[in-house]
Amino acid sequence: MGQGRLYAAVAVSGFRRHATYRVATAAGVFTNTVFGFVLAYTYIALWDERPGLGGYDQAQALTYVWLCQGLHATVAAMGRGMEVELIGRIRTGDIAVDLYRPADLQTWWLAGDVGRAVFHLLGRGFVPMAFGALLFDLAVPSDPLTWLAFLVAVALGVVVSFAIRYLVALSAFWLMDGAGAAQMSALAGIFFSGLLLPLNVFPGALGEIARALPWSALLQMPADVFLGERTGVGLLETYAFQGAWAVALLAAGRLVQSAATRRVVVQGG
Amino acid sequence: MGEVAAGADERRTDGVGPVTDGIRGQAGSRLMDGLRAYRMIAAMWIRSTMAYRASFAMTVVTDFAVTALDFAAILLMFSQVDVLGGYTLPEVALLYGTAGISLGLADLALGSIEQLGLRVRDGTLDTLLVRPAPVLAQIAADRFALRRLGRLTQGLLVLGYALVVLDIAWTPLKVLLIPLMVLSGAAIFAAVFVAGAAFQFFAQDAAEVQSSFTYGGNTLLRYPPTVFSKDLVRGVTFVMPLAFVNWLPALYVLGRPYPLDLPQWLAFASPLVAAVCCALAGAAWRVGLRSYRSTGS
Repeated sequence: MGQGRLYAAVAVSGFRRHATYRVATAAGVFTNTVFGFVLAYTYIALWDERPGLGGYDQAQALTYVWLCQGLHATVAAMGRGMEVELIGRIRTGDIAVDLYRPADLQTWWLAGDVGRAVFHLLGRGFVPMAFGALLFDLAVPSDPLTWLAFLVAVALGVVVSFAIRYLVALSAFWLMDGAGAAQMSALAGIFFSGLLLPLNVFPGALGEIARALPWSALLQMPADVFLGERTGVGLLETYAFQGAWAVALLAAGRLVQSAATRRVVVQGG
Repeated sequence: MGEVAAGADERRTDGVGPVTDGIRGQAGSRLMDGLRAYRMIAAMWIRSTMAYRASFAMTVVTDFAVTALDFAAILLMFSQVDVLGGYTLPEVALLYGTAGISLGLADLALGSIEQLGLRVRDGTLDTLLVRPAPVLAQIAADRFALRRLGRLTQGLLVLGYALVVLDIAWTPLKVLLIPLMVLSGAAIFAAVFVAGAAFQFFAQDAAEVQSSFTYGGNTLLRYPPTVFSKDLVRGVTFVMPLAFVNWLPALYVLGRPYPLDLPQWLAFASPLVAAVCCALAGAAWRVGLRSYRSTGS
């Protein structure tokens, strides 16, 4: 109970921390909207040429564009989130302070990241979507249950995203400078989350592989739920896929964490 | 009153020669000062980067890969269709390559300017103000990142591919237009970088707004104008003249019809547009710098 309140407080402070930067948030929304605008037209051209590509009609494809622009900050598809900070703390040795806190390291950082994700969902999620809906014909679900199912998928996506980035950050215990690993992970996130192009448009074996990788849980799956492509058993399968990756990656994070703390050499001073 | 007096001075034919020569000489030496400072600071950062060669190599590869992924997405699109907006893959590659090189050059030379907002916020810009070198040169060369060659190289490779595969009826003018377009495009993007930095004097946290015009503009220019709505094309032709980076010259090279019934000679207007953009960005920069008040704490 006491522990639960602690992590709730960490999550709230994570939310507040990001809520402080209002101008940066507005600038981010502006950028997302500009990119959404450009991408929307390329998708129109693509779906004009191949109607029904990837199982989407044009309205669904356009919804996908705006949904991703609104959501990629929430699931940190491009990285640049807590992993950068955690790598910094490992490099400078500040991690020692975190390790002797009476709290679990992984849960602590997860709580902070959930707070950030909630802020990004509220602060950066709706405006690009509303803007897109104003200018284009979008396939926005009318059933509140679809919205609820979508939010669950987003939440699972956030956890998978965190679990990946936590593992990446821990690599700094061995690499010292984790910047390269963080960049590689961001690259994989951009490409395999479906931010550049929906994964169901990827051809052949590449598509099969991309859809089986954990990054598909970040954007592609929440988007498919939102677009009504996953209902009933399909929806449960989606959750099972996301949940399985979340559990597996979090468990891997714990293993690496215990290995790292056993051999930790604190840097600095 | 002062303006009237100055105007009267300019009309005096005997005074014009020496006065303008003097001004030009001063501006010229300031430019040389700036370039010299830029070269020295950049060289220092290159030496410092080269202390960690493995890390440098990794960041070059990553910068290359980031942009290569964008091209991979275009390849994936063309695995599903033969034409996009009526343009084939090699034609899109020409647009992609030229826009990529232009942005790559501007980013290599001026990309560090994005950190200006941070320096305004924490007050470290003051240090640059007291040094005897132009602030623009100092901030642009600060943390000069040679790794940005990765982006440039990727653009060059894609342009190379396009030029090999495309069947263009080359004329001397078209050959000339390729380097002209890439350099003018770089100057236009450079102007956007500087104007964006000037904006950061007022909105310190808004660095991302600038990237929506540089990186967002780059994304736009990779695709043919036929893909976009007329209003958008109008906007990037007449308001924010990104169309002069590569669309108008490249469409001439490809022998494609112009959007909005624009005249063909506009293909050669890019250097002029670039010069105007740079002048405007320079003015914006001076306004921004003059309005700078330190953090005060």
